[in-house]
Amino acid sequence: METLIFGRLNYHDIPYDNPIIMATLGGAIMLLLVVAFLVWYHGQWSYLWREWFTSLDHKRIGTMYIVLSLIMLLRGFADALLMRTQQALAEGGVAGYLPPEHYNQIFSAHGTIMIIFVAMPFFIGLMNIVVPLQIGARDVAYPFLNSVSFWLTVAGAMLVMLSLGLGNFSHAGWSAYPPLSEKHYSPGPGVDYWIWGLQIGGVGTLMTGINFFVTIWRLRAPGMTWMKLPIFSWTILVTTLLIMLAFPVLTVLLALLSLDRTLGLHFFTNHLGGNLMLFTNLFWIWGHPEVYIVILPAFGIYSEVTATFSRKPLFGYTSMVYASLAIATLSFVVWLHHFFTMGAGANVNAFFGIATMVIAVPTGVKVFNWIFTIYRGRLEFTTPILWTLGFIVTFCIGGMTGVLLAVPGADFQLHNSEFLIAHFHNMLIPGALFGYFAGYAYWFPKIFGFRLNETWGKRAFWLWLVGFYLAFMPLYALGFMGMPRRLVHYDNPLWQPYLVTALVGTLLIFAGILCQILQLTLSIQQRRLLQENTGDPWNGRTLEWSIPCPAPAWNFAHLPTVHARDDFHVTKQSGQAPPSLPYSAILLPAASGLGPIMGALAFLLGFGLVWYLWWMAAVALAGLVLCLLVRSLDDETEFLIPATTVEATERALRRIASSPYNASQVSQ
Amino acid sequence: MAMIQRFRLQSLAALLCIFSEPLWACTGSCGSQWAVLTPQGSIASQEKDLILTALGLMLLVVIPTITMTLYFAWKYRASNETPDYAPNWDHSSRIEKVIWGIPTLIIAILGTLVWISTHRLSPYRPLSSPYPPLEVQVVAMDWKWLFIYPDLKVATLNQLVIPAGVPVHFVLTSDAVMSSFFIPQLGGQIYAMAGMTTHLHLIADQPGVFEGYNTQFSGPGFAGMHFETRALPSESFHQWVQTASHAPAILDHVRLTQLEQPTTDVPPQIYRVTAPRLFNEIVESYQGPHDRMKEN
Ligand code: HEM
Ligand SMILES: [Cu+2]
Repeated sequence: METLIFGRLNYHDIPYDNPIIMATLGGAIMLLLVVAFLVWYHGQWSYLWREWFTSLDHKRIGTMYIVLSLIMLLRGFADALLMRTQQALAEGGVAGYLPPEHYNQIFSAHGTIMIIFVAMPFFIGLMNIVVPLQIGARDVAYPFLNSVSFWLTVAGAMLVMLSLGLGNFSHAGWSAYPPLSEKHYSPGPGVDYWIWGLQIGGVGTLMTGINFFVTIWRLRAPGMTWMKLPIFSWTILVTTLLIMLAFPVLTVLLALLSLDRTLGLHFFTNHLGGNLMLFTNLFWIWGHPEVYIVILPAFGIYSEVTATFSRKPLFGYTSMVYASLAIATLSFVVWLHHFFTMGAGANVNAFFGIATMVIAVPTGVKVFNWIFTIYRGRLEFTTPILWTLGFIVTFCIGGMTGVLLAVPGADFQLHNSEFLIAHFHNMLIPGALFGYFAGYAYWFPKIFGFRLNETWGKRAFWLWLVGFYLAFMPLYALGFMGMPRRLVHYDNPLWQPYLVTALVGTLLIFAGILCQILQLTLSIQQRRLLQENTGDPWNGRTLEWSIPCPAPAWNFAHLPTVHARDDFHVTKQSGQAPPSLPYSAILLPAASGLGPIMGALAFLLGFGLVWYLWWMAAVALAGLVLCLLVRSLDDETEFLIPATTVEATERALRRIASSPYNASQVSQ
Repeated sequence: MAMIQRFRLQSLAALLCIFSEPLWACTGSCGSQWAVLTPQGSIASQEKDLILTALGLMLLVVIPTITMTLYFAWKYRASNETPDYAPNWDHSSRIEKVIWGIPTLIIAILGTLVWISTHRLSPYRPLSSPYPPLEVQVVAMDWKWLFIYPDLKVATLNQLVIPAGVPVHFVLTSDAVMSSFFIPQLGGQIYAMAGMTTHLHLIADQPGVFEGYNTQFSGPGFAGMHFETRALPSESFHQWVQTASHAPAILDHVRLTQLEQPTTDVPPQIYRVTAPRLFNEIVESYQGPHDRMKEN
């Protein structure tokens, strides 16, 4: 009876005896309560609910994605700091302060969170904000689906966060290889948290992929032929293609593993015909495209930023497009490079090694295209450009070590070592994160109407860059010393100085993150000063800069017609004033509370499945189906904004544009 | 005090090594801590050469690229107002050919290198040597390594003893989760998986002591799963075998059951082997229903 109601949940699952966890948890709960209280105190709950949580506006959803990503970045980084401190200490007779059970959960959580709940929501947030504006659309193809996708991602992230205080998280690494992740070796709820956190978040991602693919395919402004599509939207199109092809593999993989774990089947077990290599292959058939999914959007951002601040069109636009497509195609035929050491024959290894190297060609082309965009330009050293330059230089090093790892004979020596850790952070931090930071600074005014403080942005950049080199270059050296990854403790005193250096680097990154927090708070305080009146703070080239800052809910009062690749730039060059057309009423998607409700139900579904609370899972699932029914029967999913409102708002925003001193009136 | 001083010196050396170009120039001064760069066997030496060749080839492109990035960024900074500013220039067939051509060329060369080296360094390829290879069966367990010498009727735990100058043929499996067997100074790693066998051929050129690891995370005791490899001159190796075959401890089914219990940081052991088919039995126990089957 008790198990019927409580599943395998037990109050011993709360780690009372672990001071580190309890302190973190206490801190997190306190912070949450304080924020909740402040929002309540200022009477803003209903505003948040009405204008944000239930909003179907792609710009608001995008902003919420980025907020989620930044919060999760703090969590993921806290994990990194814990690991770095542990490894700096735990040599020889010193055990360090983290027992293996805890350390193993930390690197598993760090990897999972950083990739699935930091990198993914960050670029998905940026693409939500930017893509409809760049292609001249009023919203995405399926605004309600967009909201559901977001709330599913939140649900997944919350499941992973909950594992901190209730039960434990997976200890099997972010890749959760069986048989270690099977029930026999990991009986607790940890791996189930990993499975359902990823599964729920992954379904959200898959739906977003479909949504944006259709959006770009169908909603481009008249005249925007494929070769006139802005390059960021191009990389997003390719990314969504990758999502649609790769994420179903993850969904199936997680389903099979959960069948093994909950129903005792044998897909990946040691016994009864299970085969762990089946998992490994499927995991990387998703996992390798996944790294391009997080990197390609950043490539798009770098392309936009470089062109804008070099005051030149992007060099080799066509090459860029074909390079992206080539990368996407090739990314599906290289997965085996993650396990050259499984004992495959030489022909197989050589094939996958060479296929992997071939990706370096289109990637190299991209790098040269950025360089030649700068060539003969007038480069302005803004924060986004600093991130870009830091990226190009650092990425060359990471690309080189990547190609090295693609040589099977070299990989035999470097696989699973700290060299590998150095390599993929070398790709993911400059390759993805720096790009998102550049995009964040670049498009921030389009949403909030004011720019970010440049001084603190630049300080953050330098700390991140120097911190990155100090934190990760020593790991290459450790790889050459043979140090395996995922070690909670080691006996070789010669490794310690390098790990201490890495800790120093991580502390510098920490200082960089603090600068970013400071930058945001300062910029909010100085928003009058940083106010953006023209709608076009950077002298941009693409359509998103043709509308006011902040962008109105309907994006474009008059849907644009496109004649050129950098259409807005060309219009500005021609010197013609835009024709004044009459305003008309605009139909927009109405807010819907079903998104957050479905997110909450998905969370309960995941929770029920993790803890074997079958009744809860069943109720939540039924609830989800009911929500879909309710939505399908709802006819009033849009609302009309009268022409007068459109006109008044546009006038107000445009008047600011002509007369900066009136700014304060409409700053909300 | 001495401790602190040693630490300082090492930090200094470490920093020097990190920032000195090229990295491997300090292998002499830093001693053999650079396991991958100080190979002691022919496979490892070839792998090291491969790493350095590939790195060298890539640096030919990477260094100019980085230099060009920084130089262009500096030269074309807005405040410099270079006269060759070309606000509408976005295409040059000549440059496009070069930027597709150069990476293609380098990758073609590297690709050839991959094809040849992957076949030469395949872990399954027996080494050519006047001596017949010594066979060692390797079993990854939670969390220790068991080495069985089927022809010598001895076995060791968490310690590998081999003759120098004689090729060694490792046959690997796992009696628990997946692990990866790795002795950097002798050559690259290979996975050990339950119910399957993999093979690896290595050789130690000289007598010496080399650290070996499991690099594939395998659970709570993972960090302690490393072992010492001793390569002995053939005289001493034979003596060692003599002593080992009179070892008091024996390896049989009872011992195996004990060893299958998860344990951490287990000190090295030497056994006399009385169950000759043990390795095969371990492999077979994971292939289909079997009386040793555990629900895993
Ligand atoms: C911000 C600074 C970061 C630091 C200091 C850091 C540090 C670390 C450390 C110490 C490890 C464990 C290494 C080991 O196994 O020995 C690790 C693993 C990992 N990190 Fe990071 N990391 C950072 C950012 C990121 C980012 C941005 C991503 C992804 C977008 C990421 C993805 C991963 C992954 C996937 C793993 C492997 C986890 C596993 O072994 O299962 N990290 N990181
Ligand atoms: Cu890959």
